[in-house]
This record gives sequence, C-alpha cells and structure tokens, in this order.
Amino acid sequence: MVSRGQKFLERFYIGFVFFLLYAPILILIVCSFNASKARTVWGGFTFNWYVSLAQNEEVMAAVRTSLVLTFSAALIATILGTLACIGMTVMKKNSQSAIMSVTNIPMLNADIVTGIAIMLLFVRFAGLGMMSMLAAHITLGVPYVILNVMPKLKQTNRSAYEAALDLGATPTYAFRKIVLPDIMPGVLSGFLLAFTISLDDFVITYFTKGPGINTISTMIYQQVRRGINPEMYALSTILFLVILVFLWIVNRIQNDEPQAAEAQAKGKVAA
Amino acid sequence: MTKRKMLAGPYLVWAAGFIILPLFMILLYGFTSEDGGFTFSNIAAIADPIHLSALGQSIVIAAGSTVISLLVSYPLAYILSKRTSGKTSTVIMMFILPMWINFMLRVLALQMILANTGILNGILGFFGLEPLHILYSRKAILIGMTYDYLPFMILPLYNAMCKIDRDLVDAAADLGAGRFIIFSKVILPLSMPGVISGIIMVFIPSISEFAIADILGGSKILLIGNVIEQEFNLTNNWNLGSGLSLVLMLFIFGSMAVMNKTDADQEGQLLW
Repeated sequence: MVSRGQKFLERFYIGFVFFLLYAPILILIVCSFNASKARTVWGGFTFNWYVSLAQNEEVMAAVRTSLVLTFSAALIATILGTLACIGMTVMKKNSQSAIMSVTNIPMLNADIVTGIAIMLLFVRFAGLGMMSMLAAHITLGVPYVILNVMPKLKQTNRSAYEAALDLGATPTYAFRKIVLPDIMPGVLSGFLLAFTISLDDFVITYFTKGPGINTISTMIYQQVRRGINPEMYALSTILFLVILVFLWIVNRIQNDEPQAAEAQAKGKVAA
Repeated sequence: MTKRKMLAGPYLVWAAGFIILPLFMILLYGFTSEDGGFTFSNIAAIADPIHLSALGQSIVIAAGSTVISLLVSYPLAYILSKRTSGKTSTVIMMFILPMWINFMLRVLALQMILANTGILNGILGFFGLEPLHILYSRKAILIGMTYDYLPFMILPLYNAMCKIDRDLVDAAADLGAGRFIIFSKVILPLSMPGVISGIIMVFIPSISEFAIADILGGSKILLIGNVIEQEFNLTNNWNLGSGLSLVLMLFIFGSMAVMNKTDADQEGQLLW
C-alpha cells in the first residue's frame, strides 16, 4: 500500500530528527575523551578529564549536594504524595479536585515564579540554605508522585481489600498486604520521577539555594559563564549514563505505556 | 474512614505552606513599594519600554520555537504513530530521552556547536564555507529553546495520533477522499488535542526562560525572564521583580486558559 519511496522518506525523516536530538549529546561524550582542549581538534583519546573531575573539590561538593538533596527530596515527596493519595480516595469529589488544582500549580506555573515565591517565603521566615532547597525540591516532586500513584490506587480492587477486612485483617494489615503491592509500581516510578526532576532542575534551585551551596546544575551554569572546562564534558557523560539507567528502570516498571510517559512528561498537560 | 482521610493531612499542610503561602508572598512583595506602602507601580512597570520590549522579545522567540517544534514534530509523530509494531514504544522513548538529560548540559552542548570556533564552523570551514556567527544572537536563543523543548512537542502529538482510529482514515479513503482531504478533515482535527498540549508544553517554559538567553544570547538580549532574574540578583529590587513575576504568571495562566478553551471547543465539535 505504501510506496517504497514514501517508506524511505519516512525512515529518512525519523533519522534526521533523531540526529538533531542526539548530535549535541554525542559531541559532549566524544569531547569528554578528547585530549585536546580545542573543540574542533582531536588530540587523542584520554581519561584525564574524568580523573581531574574526581579531584575537583568544587565539582565533587556539587555532586554530593545534588545527591543528598535529590534523594531526600524524592523520598519525602514520595511519602507525602502516597499518603495524600490514600487519604484523598475517601474524600468527596469536590475536595479531591480542589486538592488536585492546588497540586497542579507548581507544574503549570513558570519555574521562575515558583522559585521566586519559595525564595521570598524563606528569606522572610527562615533564611536560604539547604532547608529552602529541600523544601523547594519536595514541592516540585510531590505532584509527579501523586500523578503516578493516583491512577494505580483507583485501579486497585476494593473488594479484595474489603474481603481481607471481613476475614479479620486490621485495616493496616489489609492495606500492607492487599493495596500496597498493587500501587507499588506507581510509588516506585513516582519516586524515580521526583528524583529525575529534582536532579535536572536548575531554575528553582538557582533562586532557593543558599550562598556558597551548588548543585550540579547551578555549578555547570557558573562554569559555563566562566568559560568551558572539559571536565564538564566528562560530568555530562556520566550523568547521561545515570539517567539512561534510571529511565530504563522506570520504563521496565511501567511496561512501556505511552500514556504514563505523557503524565511524566513534566505533567504540563495536566490542565 | 475519617482516619484514612487524615493521611492526606501532612500533604495538605505542606501544600498550604509551600504552594499557597509562597504565592501570597509574591502578591505581598508585588503590591508594596520598598518602604512597605501599597502600590500598583510594580505591576504597571510592565508598561516601561524596556520591560515591554523584553516581554515582546520573549513572546516572539517563544512563539518562534513553538512553531518550529510543531512543524518538525508533526510529521515525525505522524510517521511514528503509523508504525504500530512493538518497536514503537522503544523508538518513542528514544525521542523523549533527551528531555531527561540535564537541561544545563544540553545548553552547554549547543554552545559548543554554535560558538565561532565551534563544531559547526569547523565543519563549514572543512568544506571551505564562510563561518556563521550564530552564538550570542537571537538565532542562538531560538535554536536553544527549540532544541531543549522539542521532545515536549513530540510526545503529546504522538499520543494524540495513536488514539486516532485507523478505521476512520480507511473509511474516508473508501468514500473517495484524497490524501489532502483525509489529512485536513480527519487527521488534523483529531490530532488537535495533542497540538494544543504540545503548544502549551513548549510555549510556557520558553516564555519564562532566562538561562538559555544568558548563555546562548551572551547577556546581550534581555528576555522577561532575564529582567526578573536581574531584579532579584543584580539590582535587588525585589518588589519590582515580584510585580513583573505576577504579570508573567497572569500571562501564562491566561494563555493556558485560552488554549484549553480552544481545545474544549474542538472536542465539542468532534462530538457533534
């Protein structure tokens, strides 16, 4: 039905967009192994940038901050979000949709406004530092947890839960044995998404960070403004691999569901 | 049952403290002058020629990157949605993967390519062509935003097109519709929800962007995001910065409401 020429054109177009998206990333990876500092000259293969990256105290401090911040924010966001979902299922439709509208605000609003708003709050009442960054990152992550857990919770079989209660299980026990295994994939992908979003964030971190504290994103921003340092290419390559593994895991959990992928896609369509 | 409701408690407190209250803080700063009195001047400041031109440039560049993303993504999403083999979900994952790579790193990669002594000019020079001066111009910002947000356009378009019933296309063809008619009467209207979502997902982050303009535009071109950022970190006029943020927020929620309304109208038509 479809002519050969058209098929070729379609393949060519897919390849073309693919090239546009990946060429810059590929160049970063290639440059991380380039012994020459010049971008257009290949000076031989080297691991030197990776070695000096590991010895760069400023970079390592930023990596540590990012990991601690991201992990704690994702963990707290997952707990808050999952509990909120469980509580919301027994609420009236109106209160549910009211809570969801508020939940959508950080996803729909411009990051710059969210960042500034949280910064103003902390400057007035507590001062900026690790705590303000943590609060901002948790706030950023919870909506994605809720978006992932809520559908799973709605799919769970209520009868099985009620049957467990009839058979004498306490609500907590029934929840742990019946509901939790069902929603676990949602909880897990919610956690991984909150983690990825927090790791990727620049704007909100930029406004809420305390003086002298940097995450990977804000550190790269400062470095780029000072002039490019090949160690950044090495860092890019490592981060690229980390994200690749992470997304592969999320994908495995969600069984290749494009719908779920859209919900993750920074949720901007949630309106 | 009420005990179960309590589980949402911690999040409700959190949302009140870190979503609602911060917005009140912006309102508070935006509507007061530096000495604490009530004023509209921070909001009215958007009419200042510098701010107005920054907002104008932001709108033009954001609209430009949205249109380019749409033109590039639409055929791609259509082609991908037609291939219903099991491989498709892996292919679509590959197209949205760049979205998850650190935003700053993607900007850094583009800077390397576009710089005067960068990769692009290296390739051009190899073929004996004149070098291009793209970095630190409006073009560079446009390229940066398009590159950064392209996956956000591909995904909703792809999802909308996967939902199109192939039987409708076949029926139209059986009834004698040509390719153009099938496209304009069946595929385009049915993919409209995806188009709207895609536009929102690209336009909203583009319009408030400041880091891309900073790095690829070389601080020469001020977008509204840069103006707001500088009010906070350079000139330290937080009241003005908050006022302009409020305007930006109004603009974003306003344009989103318009887009969603267009979307609703479209879907209403489809239901006949």
